[in-house]
Amino acid sequence: MPKVSLFAPHRLVLMALALILCLSAAINMDWSWMERYSQDIIGGLWRTLALLTGTAIIGFLLSIPLGLAQAAGPAPLAWLARGFCTLIRGTPILLQLWLLYYGLGSVLPYIPGIRQSWLWPLLSEAWPYAMVSLSLCFAGYGGEVMRGAFKGVPNGELEAAQAMGMHPFTILRRIWLPRAIQRVLPTLNGELIMQLKATPLAATIAFIDIYAVIARIRQETYIIYEPLLLLALAYLIMAGLITLGFRYLENRTQARR
Amino acid sequence: MSVQQLLALEPPGWGGYLLEGLLTSLQVALAGYLLGLLIGTVGATIKRGDNLLARDLVSIYTTTVRAIPELVLILLVYFALPEAINQLLQALGLTKIEIGGFAAGVMVIALVQGAYATEVIRGAINAIPPGHIEVAHSFGMHPFKIFYRITLPEMLPSALPGLSNLWLVATKDTALLAVVGFTELTLAARQAAGSTKHYFLFLLAAGVLYLLVTLISNQVFRYLENRTSKGARHA
Amino acid sequence: MRKKITVALAATLASLALPALAETVRIGIATEPYPPFAVPDARGEYSGWEIDITKAICTAAKLDCQFVATAWDGIIPSLQAEKIDVIAASLSITEERQKVIDFSERYYQTGASLAVGQGLDIKPDPASLKGKKIGVQSGSIHQSYALKHFNGAEIREYQTQDEANQDLFAGRLDATLADALVLEAFLKSREGEVCCYDAGLVAQDDAVLGQGIGFGLRKGNPELKEKLNNAIDSIRASGEYARISSGYFQFNIYGE
Repeated sequence: MPKVSLFAPHRLVLMALALILCLSAAINMDWSWMERYSQDIIGGLWRTLALLTGTAIIGFLLSIPLGLAQAAGPAPLAWLARGFCTLIRGTPILLQLWLLYYGLGSVLPYIPGIRQSWLWPLLSEAWPYAMVSLSLCFAGYGGEVMRGAFKGVPNGELEAAQAMGMHPFTILRRIWLPRAIQRVLPTLNGELIMQLKATPLAATIAFIDIYAVIARIRQETYIIYEPLLLLALAYLIMAGLITLGFRYLENRTQARR
Repeated sequence: MSVQQLLALEPPGWGGYLLEGLLTSLQVALAGYLLGLLIGTVGATIKRGDNLLARDLVSIYTTTVRAIPELVLILLVYFALPEAINQLLQALGLTKIEIGGFAAGVMVIALVQGAYATEVIRGAINAIPPGHIEVAHSFGMHPFKIFYRITLPEMLPSALPGLSNLWLVATKDTALLAVVGFTELTLAARQAAGSTKHYFLFLLAAGVLYLLVTLISNQVFRYLENRTSKGARHA
Repeated sequence: MRKKITVALAATLASLALPALAETVRIGIATEPYPPFAVPDARGEYSGWEIDITKAICTAAKLDCQFVATAWDGIIPSLQAEKIDVIAASLSITEERQKVIDFSERYYQTGASLAVGQGLDIKPDPASLKGKKIGVQSGSIHQSYALKHFNGAEIREYQTQDEANQDLFAGRLDATLADALVLEAFLKSREGEVCCYDAGLVAQDDAVLGQGIGFGLRKGNPELKEKLNNAIDSIRASGEYARISSGYFQFNIYGE
């Protein structure tokens, strides 16, 4: 299919329409609340991004052993890893989050000495639960992706490295893992956007991300639609930035080849 | 109350209430999924077509819907869409309609599913050798007939993994309706948990039910994949 | 399979195209347990003082009431989006809310009090709550009150009061600010007895806490408002209000 220019006539019309729509929204709708809440909005955005990056990094690091175990591990390990991935992928994230936060919360008071332990400052906050739950979730989905990626690296490359007398760990670090990650980059982009879309669930356990901030603005101002539109726009921009970042990464890894 | 009593099917046990929630979840998921497939088929056809404007519009739809969290879409569809529809109806001089939780839930699931299904189906149709469809054209086959005699059977093997994945996403996305107060499985579990204070038990029970749905669905789709790929070449 | 699909689709279409019936009034209540006012049972039916009173008022006003469970933090938007016609969910009559919706006369009155974790020495005043974790229900008057008066504290928002109570029980909160009667019911429960105690009412602030609880209505609906007001008066005059209340409370919940 021939590539259509960005400035094709119908696209110019669409852009003009979008501009008119945005302008009329800016003029006709009520945005007076934005200034009053700007600090909260920025704080919420920051916490959403922190949750996203934190859980994506931890989740991705966990997904490597999960994928490796399934692709090449001994049977019991492979079985365990597959069971974990099925469990995570087979249940809603919201439920996992509530199970961890409220389920565990209802058991906490019966554990003697827990409030005196060093763990308590962490256990009594909302963000560690959000962090753990969403990290495990990313690991579950990522583990499945990494399994395919590890399996997809041509055997010949690994055999060649082995023949050169490379240590198995060096092979993993120098060849197997980088090649797998390179293969998985486009999928990872999608996974990361899925993760971004999962972050607002943390608002249901009293974590104040951008979604929770907008929810409070809606509660306090009784303005129904405008804050929601801003929220949708914020997620659109974040997803767009992620995609751009991955495009840059993909170009770089391809250039190195 | 013991675990058996709490999970009993008859009230005061909450087992029956959870199963009802599960049934509602599955109904919303199924209706949303099927509508989503319809949207996806139309979207894929447009994306493969020659109309540049329509193609761009479909792209805008799939990109935005896939980038905005379902939770936000649910709020938008739940509150904004009915209002927009009713304003339109009023402008046309028609009576207002009432969009309940069920219909709003189905619409959100369908909207999200449609965006993903468009890509899955488009990819699957693209994988069909173009010659097959061209030959059918040259025989003077009706486009509709081409679709269900050639395109559909030929694309199914490559589309099924994606479509089975989408069905699982649909069942799990229904859980988000709990946040707007629609009583499906997750909210039913939360109500049971809140009323009895047995949070762990009921959330776990709901998790097991979702997992069962996933595992059973996987078996069904595996069976379907085996059947549809029977005639296909083994590469 | 195909039959099921058809049924599901037909159900969707039917619910899409169902015109609003003029006679029925949709009463919005919160989905979560809010004892002693509204509690769902395993049949999905609600009971409690507020449910009983609302039913009595519907009968007195000759309205065909249909209860619709809605997420509490979306209950005012639901009213505005015409998903429900009346809110009967312990909604306080406040100036802020009166800017967007209408209210009936009050049908009961209550205070706001603070429940505090066992072993903590906390009084319901700003100085004592500094640096403490307070749980409130999102969108409630108690949230507004905490944000206005307890700004030295860390305020956590929960979708339901039930979840805030649960976190107080878990020890993840130091206190929760909520309706005095709801907290009383919680403190009498198995969890509440072991975990926490009542630290008393907070200082009154009419601007935030409002003056009693009324039915929420869309603006521009004077007939329905009058019907509800007359019904509140009539069940109070007939003694039915007192009869229902005596099953739940030892005092006059209507207030002065």
